[in-house]
Order: sequence, then structure tokens, then C-alpha cells
Amino acid sequence: MPSLKDLKNRIESVKNTRKITKAMQMVAAAKLRRAQEAAEAGRPYAEGMNKVVGSLAAAAANGEGPKLLAGSGSDQIHLLVVMTAERGLCGGFNSSIVKLARQKIEDLRAAGKAVKILTVGKKGREQMKREFEDIMVGHVDLSEVKRVGYENAAAIARDILARFDNGEFDVATIFYNRFQSVISQVPTEQQIVPVSPAPSESGADGEEGDTGSVVYEFEPGEEEILTELLPRAVATQIFSALLENGASEQGARMSAMDNATRNAGEMIDKLTIQYNRSRQAAITTELIEIIAGAEAL
Amino acid sequence: MADTMQFDLVSPEKRLASFAASEVLVPGSEGEMTVMPEHAPVITTLRPGIVRAKGEKGEEEFIVTRGIAEISSGSVAIIAEQAFPRADMSRDDMQALLEEARKAAETASEQERVSAGKFVEELAHFVENMA
Repeated sequence: MPSLKDLKNRIESVKNTRKITKAMQMVAAAKLRRAQEAAEAGRPYAEGMNKVVGSLAAAAANGEGPKLLAGSGSDQIHLLVVMTAERGLCGGFNSSIVKLARQKIEDLRAAGKAVKILTVGKKGREQMKREFEDIMVGHVDLSEVKRVGYENAAAIARDILARFDNGEFDVATIFYNRFQSVISQVPTEQQIVPVSPAPSESGADGEEGDTGSVVYEFEPGEEEILTELLPRAVATQIFSALLENGASEQGARMSAMDNATRNAGEMIDKLTIQYNRSRQAAITTELIEIIAGAEAL
Repeated sequence: MADTMQFDLVSPEKRLASFAASEVLVPGSEGEMTVMPEHAPVITTLRPGIVRAKGEKGEEEFIVTRGIAEISSGSVAIIAEQAFPRADMSRDDMQALLEEARKAAETASEQERVSAGKFVEELAHFVENMA
């Protein structure tokens, strides 16, 4: 039976914890709003890019096309880019991505393919390192970055493309959490090399006479545009993944901290009841002692 | 025949403009072109320059560095890697951009060096003539 003093200390400590989780929840809520705005603001660019790449890919489909579009002709070596958060305390956010990636690694290995891993974000690296340290080829550290900008994505894309040019891998896939709502983030895998234009969600943006069947002229040639555009398309996909991931992280943290705050409240209630009971018990014991003492006289 | 077309200018971080324009000047890599409604569908790469769109509220000017323009009969979409409203960019800002590009060109990999070098040249040319 803990003493009254111990109980009091515990209640105090849980109260402090509750204050911290409450504060983290509110910070996450504020950051979530900003992250969501950023994700929203980045969408038109990604959609426009997808559309252009789509029409270019269609136009270049008859020819061989650059290596980035057509692939290296094999799919033996897979590069998995696992994007996670730099910080913990965000519920299952990091674990769910790692779980999906691990599943994929097992599938690929069962199919006899070689796998390499590039991690973005510290938490994912820590988790992957336990099992897959021997196949991890690199890590991108974003812990110094306050706000993810396009430049960060472009740097990651350059790194990946340099590896592709060196023939280090044939297919690259990114893993990230797609933001659906505050309480639901969907771990997603998306192939980025060879480039496959992701189907845009909102269609043709409501612009008239702008269907995919329009035949474009290209200036300079298709090939030149493609070679210039494809690396950027890769960067764009990484950038939107980073933004989605950022929003998801804050959403996950917010709901995790909300739960933690609630649990702390319950814990305090329970401890308070226990505290009151033992105080009552102590008083009763003392009373009995006094009465017993008085009677003995 | 429509006398305006939808003009969109987006950069990775945000949508800078979206309105009906009657005329858009696009700094294509093969030369500047003024796009009017009912233009033939073209996709062109951009070089550093000024995008000038004439809309209902008068002309708006933007500085773009690299990117792609997608032109169809009813719309002009400019997908720029970097884009800024003209009024926000002073000469010094442009110089800073140029420095950045130079640095990037120095550290670029072999395949990229040619295009990075060309980009720096074009940007330098543009900054010089901007004033």
C-alpha cells in the first residue's frame, strides 16, 4: 500500500504529464493546419505536372523514350524509400509505414528480387536498422528543416536519380502516409522510378476543352522536354509525399496526444479516489486507536 | 470565339495566379511567345523570364525561372519550379537566385552540369537585362 505522500507525488506527476501532452496536442493542431494548407497549396502543381507528364508519355509511347520513363529493362533491384517522421510520440504513424515497407521487402525477397533501402526521417531509420541494416544504402536527415520546401524534395530526387543513373537499382518505390483525416492516415506505396504518372484525383480541374486527347505540339522536341521534365516529375512526387507525410504526422500526433491527455485524466481520477480512501482509512485507524486508548483507562 | 482563356500559374509551393486572361506572354525556351485564346495546343519548356498576363484587372507580371507551359485552346497553365510576383523581386533578390544557381551548377553531377550551366547563363542574361 503506497503511503499518502507517494500517492500525492504520483498525482502531481501525472498532472504534469497531462499538461505536457495537452500542450503537444495543441501545438500539433496548429502545425496540422499549416501542414494541411501546404499540402493543399502544392496540389495544383502536382496535378499540372502529372497532366503534362501524362500527355508527354502518351506522345512518346511509340518510341523508346528515356530510361527514366521506360525503365532500365529489368526489375531485379528494388529501392524502397521509406519516409517517416523525425520525431516520435505520434501514435502508430512511423510503425505503420515501417510495417508496410517490411511487408513489401518480404514479398520482394520471396519473388527473388534484391532490395535496397533509403530512409528519410530518423524514426524510420531506427526501426528499419534492427532488421535490415545490411541493405540500407542511405539516409536523408530532415531534422534541421523547419518547413519542408521543394528544395528538400529536389535534393532527395537528385540523390535517387544519381543512384538510378549509376545502375544501383531498377525500380524505386516511396512509402509514406497519405493524409485522409486527423484520425486516419493511410500508409501508401507509390512507384516513382520508372515514372508513372499518378492518376489525378480531381480529373481535369474542370477546364473546358482540356481533355487528355488533345494532341500537343512540343517545343523543343518531346525527348528534350521529357529529359528535362522527368527528374522534376520525380521531385514533385516526392514533394507531395513529404507534404502528405507532414500533415499525417501532425494529425497522428494530435490524436495520439488527445488520447494520452484523456488517459492521464482517468489516471488522475483513479489516483485521487485511492488517495482519498487511504486518507479516510488512516483517519479511521487513528480514531479507533484513540477510542481504544480512552476505553482502556 | 472566346476572347479570354483560363490562365494558371503554379509553383510547387502554391498557386500564384488563376484568372481569365486575354493575352499571356510566355518566355518559352525557344523564344518568347504571346498566347491568345484559341492557340494551338503546345507544351514548351521555359527559360528564366517574365510572364505577363493581361486579365480583367489589368496586367500582372511574374518572374519564373524554370518550368513548363501547357497551352491549349482554352487555357494556359504555367508549371514553374520557382515563380514570384514581379513586384516582390528586387535586383538583389535576383542576384541571390543567380548565386544559388551558380552554386548548384558547381556541385551538379556530370549529366546535370550541361543543363545547370545553361540555366545559369540564361538566368544571368535575364538578370542583367532586367534592371
